[in-house]
Amino acid sequence: MATTHISTQTDLHADSHGHEHEHHEGNFWTNYIFSQDHKVIAKQFLLTGMFWAVIGGILSVIFRLQLGFPNMNLEWLKPVLGGWITPEGKLDPEFYLALVTMHGTIMVFFVLTAGLSGTFSNFLIPLQIGARDMASGFMNMLSYWFFFLSSVVMFISLFISTGPAAGGWVIYPPLSALPQAIQGSGLGMTLWLVSMALFIVSTLLGGINYITTIINMRTRGMSFSRLPLTVWAFFFTAIIGLLSFPVLFAAALLLIFDRSFGTSFYLSDIYIGGEALPNTGGSAILFQHLFWFLGHPEVYIVLLPGLGITSEIIATNSRKPIFGYKAMVGSMLFIAILSFVVWAHHMFVTGMNPFLGTIFMLLTLIIAVPSAVKIFNYVTTLWKGNIRFTPAMLFSIGLVSLFLTGGITGIFLGNAAIDIQLHDTYFVVAHFHLVMGAASFFGMLAGVYHWFPKMFGRMMDDKLGYIHFWLTFIGVNLVFFPMHYIGIAGFPRRYYAFTNFETFSGFSDLNALVSVAAIVTMAAQFIFVFNFFYSMFRGRLAPANPWRSTTLEWTTPRFPKHGNWPGEIPAVYRWPYDYSKPGAKEDYIPQTVPFSETPESNLPHENDLIKLEGNGNAPIVVEGKH
Amino acid sequence: MSFLITIGALLTLVILFLIFRIASLVSVAKGRNPEEVSPNNGVHAVLFLLFMVLGLVGFFWYSYTHFDKYTLPVASEHGVVTDRLFWITMAVTVAAFVIIFIVMFWFVFKYQYKEGRKAAFYPDNHWLELTWTIIPAIVLAVLIFTGLRAWNNITSPASEQAEVIEVIGQQFAWSVRYPGKDNVLGNANYRFIDNFGNDLGLDLTDAKSFDDFKTLELHLPKGREVLLKIRAKDVIHSVFLPHFRVKMDAVPGMPTHFKFIATKSTREMREETGNPDFNYEMACTEICGRGHFSMRMLVVVHEPAEFDKWKSEQETWLKQNPGYLEKIPADLREVALVKSGMEKSNSGISTLVAGGMH
Repeated sequence: MATTHISTQTDLHADSHGHEHEHHEGNFWTNYIFSQDHKVIAKQFLLTGMFWAVIGGILSVIFRLQLGFPNMNLEWLKPVLGGWITPEGKLDPEFYLALVTMHGTIMVFFVLTAGLSGTFSNFLIPLQIGARDMASGFMNMLSYWFFFLSSVVMFISLFISTGPAAGGWVIYPPLSALPQAIQGSGLGMTLWLVSMALFIVSTLLGGINYITTIINMRTRGMSFSRLPLTVWAFFFTAIIGLLSFPVLFAAALLLIFDRSFGTSFYLSDIYIGGEALPNTGGSAILFQHLFWFLGHPEVYIVLLPGLGITSEIIATNSRKPIFGYKAMVGSMLFIAILSFVVWAHHMFVTGMNPFLGTIFMLLTLIIAVPSAVKIFNYVTTLWKGNIRFTPAMLFSIGLVSLFLTGGITGIFLGNAAIDIQLHDTYFVVAHFHLVMGAASFFGMLAGVYHWFPKMFGRMMDDKLGYIHFWLTFIGVNLVFFPMHYIGIAGFPRRYYAFTNFETFSGFSDLNALVSVAAIVTMAAQFIFVFNFFYSMFRGRLAPANPWRSTTLEWTTPRFPKHGNWPGEIPAVYRWPYDYSKPGAKEDYIPQTVPFSETPESNLPHENDLIKLEGNGNAPIVVEGKH
Repeated sequence: MSFLITIGALLTLVILFLIFRIASLVSVAKGRNPEEVSPNNGVHAVLFLLFMVLGLVGFFWYSYTHFDKYTLPVASEHGVVTDRLFWITMAVTVAAFVIIFIVMFWFVFKYQYKEGRKAAFYPDNHWLELTWTIIPAIVLAVLIFTGLRAWNNITSPASEQAEVIEVIGQQFAWSVRYPGKDNVLGNANYRFIDNFGNDLGLDLTDAKSFDDFKTLELHLPKGREVLLKIRAKDVIHSVFLPHFRVKMDAVPGMPTHFKFIATKSTREMREETGNPDFNYEMACTEICGRGHFSMRMLVVVHEPAEFDKWKSEQETWLKQNPGYLEKIPADLREVALVKSGMEKSNSGISTLVAGGMH
């Protein structure tokens, strides 16, 4: 009862707040720049994320040119890259490392964490749980602006003369701690650390808000068991982020101390640049433990929102309830918990105690079970559906396919004995790009296609969406699948060229294919960018509920104001997956329709709930009074 | 030229945009409601099916025809075990993958939208869900336990008789130190490293270091257990011996090790691969800076007798750097001269010390 009471209170408060905004519209600055409206903040995250995705993609195309066509003359890139192109027209080897480092950092954190989770958690949580806004609109705004600051710092680091950070996105010290070891560990690394510190602040501000909002601000009737799977996914994501990002912050802080204040947390017994450093007693492995304590949960921070979005889209477009709702929530919960106890599978061959390897191998392979359950549930949701292939649906099916292809290779890498050979080869590159990179990216694109009508009140062009999907889907498979072979052959990752080894001299054909596919895939993204901006202004006006979906966001007006619903917030009476219910008139029943109105389709236990619907009227009266 | 390309690209974009405009105007004129299902819905179902078939055909075709290209011959005892595990896992996962892949895309094709059909309301089935939780769990448990056994064997302590060899990583080269005739590596410390010759940081007060020798190639005996002791001087590197399925990071401040038994000499491998120029190689697999991709070291595997002969022929480090005799405590110099194989008598010390040091 206490919970209901609180949520009624907050609703009231948010309600009046919302009305205030409707009455005086505010100026450009408060509406679009320093807005506290979760929908505007979501769009800010999305646009910034798209900007970073383009940058991150272009960086990857540049290093793919080097890998696919090692003899190519890159003189024509000189106007952009300047001194990073050697006089012979080649990419500087150190800049190559900077490219892979920045590609990883940008994609993992700025695109797939902020761009994906930031966008859709912000946009969908209040809309789908029936809230006027986030628990704290101001903190939410701060969250974006910290992300913006962090982006500015990271962007600047791309242009400094010693280049951006270049020690890999995992920034293992001592390489990242010693400017003598690599140029990028100078100012570039400092900016990286500053940027990430700001980024972590942004993530924490956002995460606290998401959790608070989901717990406290659900509308009447929106029990946890009636939450759409998207919201469940954002909820777990935020909790994982809240628990793991501070550890990265600690790791980064200690690294800052080692770099700037002469401490020895990670440094010990180093002789570099002709001199022995005074640092002793530090442990380079400590950093890896701290980093991966975030780093592995980060994989799920990136992936879970994509899986949540996909659950929603597949159910909607198969016109079927998601199969095994409870199992889907349970598997996400299980994944969220296990994600904290598998980190050291990234470290089987770092020299840590092999007994630790044993434990982490056990835990790692256990996490494959809930992941498998999710795939089976997606497939069963498709079974006997009536599938509409909207662009969002295409990308969701693509996600499941990529998640399967990439996930299954995790069983190799989680096995310490097999990992000895595969660790840090292209097999790993193939694995994580498919399972978390491409899959999450597909989730993000699916989300944009699906909720664009709600974001901008207009439809995206579906034909362009289809072309975009097929080019991207085939492209991504052609980019990452061949890497398995290259990896089984032992080719190490982060190699500028494979010219120095006889063992790694083959596969120039596959490498060229991968590069061509990468360029085509990258080019295809501009179709999306065009479609996005064109449709924002010129797209067809969206109907109220274009996908005939059950969830609450589609009960808002076409252009929802700050506060989301003009009148009172609708109450919720049923779970979000009443698609194709036997006996129902339509093939979907929105969450706002009470069981008392659908006697023809109610299941026996649902008829019992009708009585409770009546009891719930009291809060409505209170809410109506304002 | 580039001007023409730019113009051409721009024109193409303009034409594409016009086509897009016309197409969207046509669809507006037709008055199709966005809520309705696109008349071309079935195209995607067919394309997905095609993707599934071509994808699987391509996968099996390439995996079969290029097998020798992407598999490295194995040349260590534990490598045979991990390779077997790899292929068992491959068999299990490929079977699972193929089944799910086919079933999924078949469903996508079969249950594409048809007007008037209603989807099944099928929210859960506990029996089914339990089945596909338990089956993967059992399969994974089997894989885990076979993997655990292999891992425990690989990482178990090396025997007393193991041939101890030290590998040292630095930007951007490897070096190797052998313990010499006493079969014990002398102490080393990064503080003793200098820029004149003691690049391994040998402790010259430790008599065990006097007969140690350094090489820039890794020589291994066939069929004898080898214990690689691994360290790094500057940043993290990683020892990777692809044919021996050996990988272990070299971490400054934290010595690591890896034991294994090579099973094929370089000569035998040349015959097996039919490549007379074949050589084993060692690579670095932990990003370590600008020259990461070029940290190659030649690896030679000898027949055991051949290896012993090779080993006995190597000059000790001290003999190659006689100037360091001066740094050896006076009471150990005689031992040093003998152990390093420089002198058998006392007469030469004074001249060597006088002439050798800068």
